[in-house]
Amino acid sequence: MKKAGPALLLVVCSLVSLEAQRGNPQPPRTPRASAPIDLTGYWVSIVTQDWRWRMVTPRKGDYQGVQLTSEAAKVADAWDPAKDEAAGEQCKSYGAPALMMVPGRFHITWQDDTTLKVESDAGTQTRLLRIGNVQTSLDSARDKPAETRTWQGVSQAQWLMPRPNVPLQLRPADRAADTPPLNPSGGSLQVVTRNLRAGYLRKNGVPYSENAVLTEYWDLYKRPNGEEWLTITTQVEDPQYLRNVRLTAPMFKKEPNGSKWDPTPCSSRW
Amino acid sequence: MGHKARVGALVIIVMVAAVPVSAQVDLTGTWQRVGSSDNGAAREPVDLLGMPLSADGRAKALSYDIAALSATERQCQMYPPIYAIVGPFPLQFVMVPDPVTQKLLAWKILGWGDRDETVIWMDGRPHPSKYAPHSHGGFTTGAWEGDTLTAVTTHAKLGDIKRHRGFSSDRATVTYRFNRHGDILTVTGILEDPVYLAEPYTLTEVFRLTTNPNNFPLTACEPIEELPSLHENPALVPHYLPGKHPAMNEVTERYNIPLEAVVGGPETMYPEYRKKLKDKYVMPPPCKEGCGAPPAPPPPAGRGGAQQP
Repeated sequence: MKKAGPALLLVVCSLVSLEAQRGNPQPPRTPRASAPIDLTGYWVSIVTQDWRWRMVTPRKGDYQGVQLTSEAAKVADAWDPAKDEAAGEQCKSYGAPALMMVPGRFHITWQDDTTLKVESDAGTQTRLLRIGNVQTSLDSARDKPAETRTWQGVSQAQWLMPRPNVPLQLRPADRAADTPPLNPSGGSLQVVTRNLRAGYLRKNGVPYSENAVLTEYWDLYKRPNGEEWLTITTQVEDPQYLRNVRLTAPMFKKEPNGSKWDPTPCSSRW
Repeated sequence: MGHKARVGALVIIVMVAAVPVSAQVDLTGTWQRVGSSDNGAAREPVDLLGMPLSADGRAKALSYDIAALSATERQCQMYPPIYAIVGPFPLQFVMVPDPVTQKLLAWKILGWGDRDETVIWMDGRPHPSKYAPHSHGGFTTGAWEGDTLTAVTTHAKLGDIKRHRGFSSDRATVTYRFNRHGDILTVTGILEDPVYLAEPYTLTEVFRLTTNPNNFPLTACEPIEELPSLHENPALVPHYLPGKHPAMNEVTERYNIPLEAVVGGPETMYPEYRKKLKDKYVMPPPCKEGCGAPPAPPPPAGRGGAQQP
């Protein structure tokens, strides 16, 4: 049995490791307590892409980079900011599918143990990201009467936990020989948003419909020099107005405090 | 059960028990560019909007004449590593195993026409001395942070970073983040350059895994005589003197964006810069051409040979 000693040790280690991953019965942790990344704080948009469509109000009829349907192009061509103002719809370009592309600052806090609150100074909007299981939440939402549509819609979110950090290998025997750390770093937040009020992807009236579905992945990067960056991979699906799924990935840099927070109301023209 | 059988059974248990913890993100395959950003899509030669250029970076960009690439010694000059994000082609990821252990040794992003391959060493080797030779592809190491691959490139040669609009020097560093979510791969690049940038230049691009790649493979480059004037006078270096770039005002004329924004600078990438623009910007007349309009609908059935049911 002496020769089997090392193998037995490996068995014990593997089973202990596996058990730790499965988790012993413990009281359920709140989404706030189980957050693999800390998104709270003040974040500023870094506008190095699509500058011409984000930093100024682009000219009417300019929808380069957005794969619009013919129906959507007609809507964009009919854009009239005065009409939006008269209808009290100055916030049409600040809805969830567009908000994170609007140049500004974002303040992220925990509203409670299950809800992240994302406030923007541009347009003074608030998104509420309710964290749980996205699919379960969406399934149960289908059985309920539709909530009132809003610019920010209803956002269900869930943490995507990182898997153990084992170098990718090709031989199972090699995989078994490595001891994976049990608490890998990283992770991200998946957010799915529905129940939107129809709005604009861009200030110049490039539209999305109320049936648009927004899916986001929030990924954090803490650099060795202390900087923190946030990339939000953003996917907008809207078969009525978009010929393809629209994919963008705006970037944000964390700021030390809210000294540059500058709330401004929605504007149809600027 | 005999001794050998017991040991064999234990080994099998170890292997089976280890399987659930062994998976990690696989980047292998061809990733088609599907992002909607304007990375590298600028039409006007002087479009430095949102680029955090230093004074030297701006001067370098505005003195550049693309005809310089026709000089014999520059025809095979490749784009620098950040071009993986701003260029037009897919990313082809290949896993490089150690020849003996078969463990992951490196990821390779294959090159295309005018971009060298990027080898991301995953075995913990250090970056070479700053005096080591520089290459078009640079030297890159990587490490996993959870499910995210972080890679750092140094030792790349000078090159243009936004398709002939701005440059990175041979002292630049690129930090990449590769985040895979299902069939979506988001690549974030942070370019830092003490010579031509005043602040980090950050870019992102979104790719989707594809089984129908449309690649443009890297091929050997052979200089030819492109411009007779350069061939006859090798001392000639095409360039523009300060303030003499003929396309300097194109963006302003077309989009009414003030020239001070067009020539970039770190302040142009922050939201508060909009306050400086607000009183200077007047929205131009509606777009009439090159506006991204949807394709025209197909001709009605029954004309052009289509059969009616």
